[in-house]
Amino acid sequence: METVPILKIGLTLFVSIQIDLQDESVIQLQEDLANELAVTGARGVLIDITGVEIVDSFIGRMLSTIGSISRLFDAETVIVGMRPAVAITLTELGLSLSGVRTALNAEKGLKILNGKSRPDG
Amino acid sequence: MDVSASGTRIADYLREHQDKVIGRWTELVVAGGRGRTTADEVRRELADLFSLIVRVLSRADDHAAGELRAALDELSRSRARDGFSPSETALGVFTLKEAVYELVADATDLMPEFLVLSQLVDGLGLRTFEAYSAAREEIIADQSTAMLELSTPVVRLWEGIIAVPLVGTLDSARAQLVMEKLLETVVATGADHAVIDITGVPTVDTEVAQHLLKTVSAARLLGAECTISGIRPQVAQTIVSLGIEFGDIATKATLADALGLALRQAGLKVVPSNPLHSPPSARD
Repeated sequence: METVPILKIGLTLFVSIQIDLQDESVIQLQEDLANELAVTGARGVLIDITGVEIVDSFIGRMLSTIGSISRLFDAETVIVGMRPAVAITLTELGLSLSGVRTALNAEKGLKILNGKSRPDG
Repeated sequence: MDVSASGTRIADYLREHQDKVIGRWTELVVAGGRGRTTADEVRRELADLFSLIVRVLSRADDHAAGELRAALDELSRSRARDGFSPSETALGVFTLKEAVYELVADATDLMPEFLVLSQLVDGLGLRTFEAYSAAREEIIADQSTAMLELSTPVVRLWEGIIAVPLVGTLDSARAQLVMEKLLETVVATGADHAVIDITGVPTVDTEVAQHLLKTVSAARLLGAECTISGIRPQVAQTIVSLGIEFGDIATKATLADALGLALRQAGLKVVPSNPLHSPPSARD
């Protein structure tokens, strides 16, 4: 089973999904993230899904779950790198990915996590 | 009536009087062409068709029928391209009967043979009509696709602000195309804000609203906030009476208002360059 590495920079945890996620990898990732959040006290989680070509309800649930876990540790989650086709699929499936924010790329995602994003007018 | 024997006999007759028949046929077709074709072009085309028809009638070989069909389809296509009506093209084929009849009118023993020819030519004329229809359908389909492409531009209003001016009815096919183009542009430009202007959309019903909502949801997943502008008073009343809810999506009357909102959200302000002149009244 391949594990997804979690990188810590400052108060943010970076996760870049580059593999096909199977059940075991997902559960492992959620566990690893929970551990890292507890140990580091990170305030933000950035999940990069640029490499994810297909997002189904399984992946959608995983992302929502990660969002919930992070919130329990008072951390915010931002998903970045979503492809247009994936966005369309998620919308068609009616998966709103509640509990997580999304941004176009890692740079914008970081701005949100660091609180520098503009307030909604 | 022995069709194949008659077919062979008329084929022989036609071969014998080849030049006369082709000549007369050409005259008739050119007369009906009203100057759009030259006699030489027509004669060449008809000579080809003639020899194929003779081969089919005499059942000389198996390929003749297929070649004749292909030649007719090509004739149909080129006539259509040159602006001939399908009737004109079909009539051109039918006049072969007239040309032959003029020759055999007095020879009553050739009646059954003429009938075989007549039936064949009728079928051929109809085939040109069908080929014409099929060609026109293809053109219409191509034009529809082209129109669909043309009618969904995505323009940049400002740094990080893009707009999609929609004109015409928003059906499922167009809505899908709009959504895809909008998302691709968001990715390509890194836009934070998109304005979807529906001034040019004649009717906004529940279906149109659903398309818009889906597009906004998808754009949000890419981190772009959307505003819908171009809500006309009549449209506003329709939307409310249909019970359509736009939720937390901002809607504005004009593209200008939406641009103002987007600029504010981007933390930008528009101020007069000369403070002494009072600015034009800016709503909200």
